[in-house]
Amino acid sequence: MLALLADSTIQNVLVGAALLGAISGVLGSFAVLRRQSLLGDTLSHAALPGICIGFLLAGARDMPAILAGALAAGALAALAIIGITRHTRLKTDAALGIVLSVFFALGVVLLTFIQSTGTGTQAGLETFLFGQAAAILRADLYLMGAITLGALVLVALLWKEFKLVTFDPVFARTSGFPVLALEIALTMMIALAVVVGLQMVGVILMAAMIVAPAVAARQWTDRLSVMVVLAAGFGILAGTSGAIVSATARGLSTGPLIVLAISAIVLVSLLLAPRNGLIPAWLRQRAGRRELHETLVLGTLSHLAVEHGDPDYRAEQAMIDAYHGTRTHQALEALAQKGLVAPARHAPETTPHWRLTDKGHARVAHPTEREDEPQ
Amino acid sequence: MIAAYFNDPGAMIMTTGALVGIASALVGTFLVLRGNSMLSDAISHSIVFGIIIVWLLTRQASGPVQIAGAALTGLLTVVLTQILVASGRVRQDAAIGLVFPALFSIGVLLINLYARDVHIDEHTVLLGEIGFVWLDTIELLGQPVPEAMIWMGAMAVLNLAFVALFYKELKLSTFDAALASALGFAPAALNYALLALTSMTAVAAFDAVGAILVVAFVIVPPAAAYLLTDRLSRMLAIGCAIAVVSAVGGYWLALAFNVSIAGMMAVMTGLCFMLALAFGPRHGILARLLRVNARRQDNRCRTLAIHLFNHEGEPDQGEENVARAMREHLHWSEERARSVLLACLDQGLVRRKGPLLELTEKGRATAREILEPWSH
Repeated sequence: MLALLADSTIQNVLVGAALLGAISGVLGSFAVLRRQSLLGDTLSHAALPGICIGFLLAGARDMPAILAGALAAGALAALAIIGITRHTRLKTDAALGIVLSVFFALGVVLLTFIQSTGTGTQAGLETFLFGQAAAILRADLYLMGAITLGALVLVALLWKEFKLVTFDPVFARTSGFPVLALEIALTMMIALAVVVGLQMVGVILMAAMIVAPAVAARQWTDRLSVMVVLAAGFGILAGTSGAIVSATARGLSTGPLIVLAISAIVLVSLLLAPRNGLIPAWLRQRAGRRELHETLVLGTLSHLAVEHGDPDYRAEQAMIDAYHGTRTHQALEALAQKGLVAPARHAPETTPHWRLTDKGHARVAHPTEREDEPQ
Repeated sequence: MIAAYFNDPGAMIMTTGALVGIASALVGTFLVLRGNSMLSDAISHSIVFGIIIVWLLTRQASGPVQIAGAALTGLLTVVLTQILVASGRVRQDAAIGLVFPALFSIGVLLINLYARDVHIDEHTVLLGEIGFVWLDTIELLGQPVPEAMIWMGAMAVLNLAFVALFYKELKLSTFDAALASALGFAPAALNYALLALTSMTAVAAFDAVGAILVVAFVIVPPAAAYLLTDRLSRMLAIGCAIAVVSAVGGYWLALAFNVSIAGMMAVMTGLCFMLALAFGPRHGILARLLRVNARRQDNRCRTLAIHLFNHEGEPDQGEENVARAMREHLHWSEERARSVLLACLDQGLVRRKGPLLELTEKGRATAREILEPWSH
């Protein structure tokens, strides 16, 4: 394991994955909250022609040129989406689909154009489709690191503004904030996250890195600041674990592995998160249902006692079942455990009977006073 | 003649592309109108998962088993998305963005692990190989017909039959889902059928154009058609026509530049969309600009008519109701003053009387209609 960590390729991969996780988690949180999850999908597909043009202009697999091309294509795509939704009657989904597919098609055309002109060094370009973590160089990391740092600093500086625009854009506008500029900034920064993820997960699966960490983090908290930090953490965890598996097992694409890792994190979060998780929610619901049932059974016993003018009235269990139209044995046992009812005999009958204890009478009279009983 | 057609690879490629376009545009029209376009993106990614699973089970890379498998995968995508939405934890857009990358990733990894160096590889999955469709042929009525063309033709016919049979139901459930379900038209069942057909079309087209470019054929031609017409029947027809034009044009351009044929066909759909966006008769940008300009000119003519009407017969008439006053009193540039005056003369609102500009009966009526609307 230590030998593995000493390998410089592995180090590069780990740092790259961590950078990707951080930037996509933070910016994805805003995108998901602003219901723009699929924007990441479109902007990442749209980066492909930019990559090719960057390559064509630089004449080689030159990272700064390629990333600049990807960023420019992403920005153009974002503007095209805004233009189509503003100036036609097409809805956002159609605008996203049009820009995604046409830009990607243009990318495919340029990719084959580069191959047919045969400059010989083009082999690296197709790794941008699915990502190939092992191909990351130390120099690429400085670039990715600078972009990530820039984006994070911008988020920190404009934290209040971004938060307001995300949750209440109308109030932000009436308060005099430049809402359009802030929204454009958030959109453009997703293009930045895409650029950082190009080498790790590729253009096709980048959508998942924008959406998934944020959705997972959302399950654990209701606070934006916590969500952003958690999303970054989940992104880093998924990025590094996927990248390590890909770099050690030959022939497995990095992108799909990272996406599966983050999908697993989402699944666990959806199921287990303490407040929003499906399993805790189900358990809470079941406990609530049981407690309600117990209260109703207790009430039935109390009514029977009052009707018969006998505080020690012994009610037959089958009769309580009949009143409730369902089995009450479990509820009665639970009430007995709490000392609110007690089993009783009513000779000559041999069937089980129940009566209220003094504590049970007290509970019916004052249902909210229960400090003697650990909740 | 017929033999020459089937022996010409170019004709085979263009026909296959056109069939992809027609089959996709027929279902795509309804997806675009329902605001579900991005589901086609999700489905087209997810079918990679279905294709590799079916391949692992049956070793068949195309054909009816694959198409049936794709229909199931497409439905799986939609159902998983709806389960996530129904859980109340994830919104629709995020749910789509979670489901298809996961399925797609599993598909790609399975290809990495088990299907190396076979017909299915990740690049075919993504980019398609329409250039080679004429290599796999089946003897049909004595002619070598490309296999991909047969499947695409079958899908086009199936989609056409679906749209023709359920035209009324589709139309109603697209434009008024509440009324459709109140009348007992089962819009949910129709919706699933539509999405199943979308995934079947995607997998049939997948050999030819790849998983992602099929999205272009599903969304872009119908979206372009939507900018050109307000009638559903025409939108379907125009969408198909644009798809055919894109397939043919894309083929020749791809040949000219020696690039991906499927990619160029998809780029052509984008070009058609831009043309429709710019030059569409009612919703196009140019048409809208012209309409705005015409309305502006109309307003200026009315302004001039009111100005003349206000000073008509007043002592300052000689000073106000002359061409020079349009510049000095209405603050119009010389150029604008001339064009407005010419427009007014053309429309018969104003006539010249020496240096004086005089309202005609029509011009007076125009001004009075605005100033004294109650007198009508």
